Amino acid sequence: MSKDMTIHLKYWKQAGPDVPGHFEEYTLDTVNEHMSFLEMLDVLNEELQLQGKEPVEFDYDCREGICGSCNLVINGQAHGPKAEVACCQLHMRNYKDGDKITIEPPRAAAFPIIKDLVVDRSAFDRIIEVGGYVSVKTGSAQEANALPVEKEKSDEAFEYAACIGCGACVAACPNASASLFTGAKLAHLNKFPQGEVERSNRAVAMVDQMKEEGFGDCSNFAECEAVCPKGISISAIAEMRRDYMKALVS
Amino acid sequence: MKLDSKAPEGPLEEKWRKHKKEMKLVAPNNKRKYEVIVVGTGLAGGAAAASMAELGYNVKSFCIQDSARRAHSIAAQGGINAAKNYPNDGDSIWRLFYDTIKGGDYRSRESNVYRLAEVANEIIDQAVAQGVPFAREYGGLLANRSFGGAQVSRTFYARGQTGQQLLLGAYQAMMRQVNEGGIEYHPRHEMLDVVIIDGQARGIITRDLVSGELKRWEADAVVLATGGYGNVFYLSTNAKNSNVTAAWRAHKKGALFANPCYVQVHPTCIPVSGDYQSKLTLMSESLRNDGRVWVPRKKGDDRHPNDIPDEERFYYLEEKYPSFGNLVPRDVASRNAKIVCDEGLGVGPTGLSVYLDFRDVIKRDGKETVAAKYGNLFDMYENIAGENPYEQPMRIYPAVHYTMGGLWVDYNLMTNIPGLFATGEANFSDHGANRLGASALMQGLSDGYFVLPATIGNYLADVKPGTRYGTDHNAFIEAEKGAQDQIDKLLNVNGKRTIVDFHRTLGKIVWDNIGIARNKEDLEKAIKEIQELREEFWTNVYVPGEKNNYNKYLEFAGRVADFFELAELMARDALEREESCGCHLREEYQSEEGEAIRNDEDFSYVAAWEFKGVNGQLQEELHKENLEFEFVELKQRSYK
Ligand SMILES: Cc1cc2nc3c(=O)[nH]c(=O)nc-3n(C[C@H](O)[C@H](O)[C@H](O)COP(=O)(O)OP(=O)(O)OC[C@H]3O[C@@H](n4cnc5c(N)ncnc54)[C@H](O)[C@@H]3O)c2cc1C
Ligand code: FES
Repeated sequence: MSKDMTIHLKYWKQAGPDVPGHFEEYTLDTVNEHMSFLEMLDVLNEELQLQGKEPVEFDYDCREGICGSCNLVINGQAHGPKAEVACCQLHMRNYKDGDKITIEPPRAAAFPIIKDLVVDRSAFDRIIEVGGYVSVKTGSAQEANALPVEKEKSDEAFEYAACIGCGACVAACPNASASLFTGAKLAHLNKFPQGEVERSNRAVAMVDQMKEEGFGDCSNFAECEAVCPKGISISAIAEMRRDYMKALVS
Repeated sequence: MKLDSKAPEGPLEEKWRKHKKEMKLVAPNNKRKYEVIVVGTGLAGGAAAASMAELGYNVKSFCIQDSARRAHSIAAQGGINAAKNYPNDGDSIWRLFYDTIKGGDYRSRESNVYRLAEVANEIIDQAVAQGVPFAREYGGLLANRSFGGAQVSRTFYARGQTGQQLLLGAYQAMMRQVNEGGIEYHPRHEMLDVVIIDGQARGIITRDLVSGELKRWEADAVVLATGGYGNVFYLSTNAKNSNVTAAWRAHKKGALFANPCYVQVHPTCIPVSGDYQSKLTLMSESLRNDGRVWVPRKKGDDRHPNDIPDEERFYYLEEKYPSFGNLVPRDVASRNAKIVCDEGLGVGPTGLSVYLDFRDVIKRDGKETVAAKYGNLFDMYENIAGENPYEQPMRIYPAVHYTMGGLWVDYNLMTNIPGLFATGEANFSDHGANRLGASALMQGLSDGYFVLPATIGNYLADVKPGTRYGTDHNAFIEAEKGAQDQIDKLLNVNGKRTIVDFHRTLGKIVWDNIGIARNKEDLEKAIKEIQELREEFWTNVYVPGEKNNYNKYLEFAGRVADFFELAELMARDALEREESCGCHLREEYQSEEGEAIRNDEDFSYVAAWEFKGVNGQLQEELHKENLEFEFVELKQRSYK
C-alpha cells in the first residue's frame, strides 16, 4: 500500500459573481498517490464539512476527461502539469509529499465566476448556436455510404471534433481568446463535403459571436494548444482566419 | 391496473410502418400551438428536442450540466449498432432484432425491439449527414467492427469516443433550433417534480442550480430523457451527476417503474483503489478480444504476475467456457470474476481484481500492432492505475454500467400517465434483462430522432391546442411546495454524517446484495439495512450551504434521498423475480455449472411497480405486463 502524502492547498473562494473573492488554505495529510485530483478535492470537502465549514465548489461530471465540465487552473496551469490530461484524470502520483498547490478558476471576462471555482461558460454554447452545425433536419439524410469521404480527411476531422469544450484554451490564453475552441469546430465541419456547403457563413457567424462574447483576439501565443486536454492543433485557427477574411472580401 | 403495451397487431415487419400510417397527425400550423418539455439532453433528449423543434413544436429543454453537450452520453466509448450489412457478412434487421431480444434473455417486447433494429439504419444516415466523424475504410466508406458477442460486424464507431461524437451531433442540431427559436434552452436546471392536472402531465418544477430558485413550467407534454440510475451503487461508470430523481419523482406521482432489478455490470473496469474512490472507469470490452483473463491458482499467491508460470495460472473463462473463452457475454464474465474473488483468488491490494493479460498477443503480433489497436486504452489505464499494461497484466474488476429498468412505457414511449413520455436509458423498453454492447446509443437515438417525434403527435392530436391552466394552478403550487419542503427538510437535519458517507454506505449495501448475484436471504437483509440507513439519513445527514445559491451538495442530497427509496424497490423486485435471467442472477436458480435458469412459465412478464407511499417501509404494488412471443422461440442461453 502506498504512503499518504501531505499536500498544502490554496484555493479560490468567492460567494457569487459580484462579490470579491479570496484564497483559503488547508493542509491535507491523507493524500494517496492513486487519488485523482478531484478525489483529493472531495476529501478536502469531506473534512471541511465535518468541521462545519463550507466546502469549495468546482464543476465536474464524467471524471473521465470527456465531458469537459472540469476546468481548474492548477499552479497557474489549466488542467495542471500533465500534457493532454483533463484535471479529473490527473492523479496525485504527479505530486510529492509536502507540495503546495494553488487552485483557481479559469479567469476570463467571458467566463464570469458563479461560485468559487465554478464559472459560466454559456458563451461557448452561443458560439455553436450561431453556426456550429450542418443544417440538416432529422429524416432528410441520404444513405450514409452514398457520400464517400477520404479516410485521411475524416480522421483529421475527428482530431478537431474531439474538443471537449472545457475552456482550458481560454484560461491559458493571455488574451482570453476562444479561437481554438471556435476554430476546432469549424475545422471539424469543413473537412466534410456536407459541411463545406455552409463553410463561409459559418466562419463569419461564429467568429463574430466570439468577439461579441468578449473573448480576445489570437496573437499566436499557442498557449491554448499546450494546455488542450485533447491536443488540438492551432492550425485550426489559421484556417479559421483565412476563411473569415475570404468571406469578408467575397 | 391493466397494462396495455399498445403494440400494433400484424407481422413484425409491418408493425411500425402500419402504426405510422395509422397514427394521428398534428397539422403544421397547429404544431406551433403546442409546448413540449424535454428533460435531459443526452442522446435521447437532445435528439428528441432537436427533431421536435424542427417539426414545429415549441420545445423547452432542461439539463443539469452547464451545457447540453456534457450529458452523460458523451462518455460512451465503443460504438453504435445498425444492421446496414456493409461488410456483407449476413446481417439483417431480423438478425439485429434477434440478437437484441436473445441478448435481453427474452424479457423485452418483440414489437419494440424490432422497431429499434429497423430504425437503426436511419440513425447512421442522420449522424453522417450531421458530420459525425465515424471511422472509415481507405475507400472512403464507413468501417464496422464486431462488438460484444455478436457474430457479425455491425458496430459503427468514432475511435473510442463514439458517444461524444454522436452527442455533439445531436447537441449541434439542438443548438441550431435554439438559434431558430424552436427550443428554449435551460441548462443548470434540475427537474424536481412533474405536475399532473386532470390525470395528464402538464408541466414540471425545476430548481435553477445557480440561483437556487424554484420555477414552474407548463406544457402539453413532458418527456423524461434523464438517463439511468446506476449511481444508486455510488460507484459506477456513470457520470457523477447521473441520477434517478426525475424518474423517481414521476414514479411517486403515479408513473410505473419497471424491472428496477435489471442492472448491467460491465466486466472490464479499473478496480477500486481506496475509500476516496469516486467513480469507476470502464475499459473497452474490445480488450477481451486479445487479453486473457486469469487469477493465480493458489490462494494468497503474492508473486509478481509475470513470475507466475502458466501452469499455476487459472484462465477461468477459457477453462469453463471453451467455445467462447474470454469473449463470453458481459454478465457471465462479471459473475465469474466475482466467483474467483469470493473464493479468495483475487489479486491486487484489495483482492478484488483479476488479471487481463496481453503478454501472449504482444508476443504473437508485436507491441506495435497491439499499440495500434489499444494504444489509447493502455495509456488511459497507465494514467489511472500507474502500471504499464505492455509490461504487466492489467487488473480489472466488474462495475455497474447500465440500468435496463426504468419508467414503464408503451409502444409509443408513453408512461401510464397520459402526456408523460420516457426515452433512452430512463425507460425500460428495449433491452430486457440484459443490454448488448453498442445498443444503448442506438436506442437513445432511435427514441429521440425517430420514434418519439412521431408518437408524440399521436398524443397531442387529442389535446386541444392552446389548453393552458396557468402556473398558478393548484397542482403547480403544491408540486413546488413539495420540492421546497424537501429542500428545507434536508438543510434542517443538520446531522453529523456527510451525504457522500451515506451514499457510499448505501452503495455498498446495494452492490453486496443486489449486485452481480442475488439470493433471498441477502435481499431480505438488504431491505432492512436500506430502511435503517434511510431513517438515519433523515435524522443525521449534514447538508452544507444554503438553498438560494449554487450548492452541489444540496443537489446530491436530494438525489441520494431518492436513491434510498429506489434501492428498496430494486431489492423487492429482485426478491419477487424467482428466476435467473440476463443480468439478474438468483443463486437459488442456477444449474450445477452455475448457468442461469430462466422460468418462462412464471416470469415471462415485465414487473411494473406502482408507488403507494413510504413510511419507514416503501409501499409498492406490482403490476404485470405479460410478454408474448409470437415470432421468436425462447431458448436457454448457453455459452459453453
Ligand atoms: C463509460 C460508458 C461507456 C458506454 N459505452 C457505450 C457504448 O459504447 N455503446 C452504447 O450503446 N452505450 C454505451 N454506454 C451506455 C450509454 O452511454 C447510455 O446508456 C446512454 O448514453 C444514455 O443516454 P440518455 O440520453 O438516455 O441519458 P444521458 O446521456 O445519461 O442523459 C441524461 C440527461 O438528463 C439530464 N437530467 C438527468 N436528471 C435530470 C433532472 N432531474 N433534471 C434535469 N435534467 C436531468 C442530464 O443532465 C442529461 O442531460 C456507455 C455508458 C458508459 C457509462
Ligand atoms: S469531469 Fe468530465 S472532463 Fe473532467
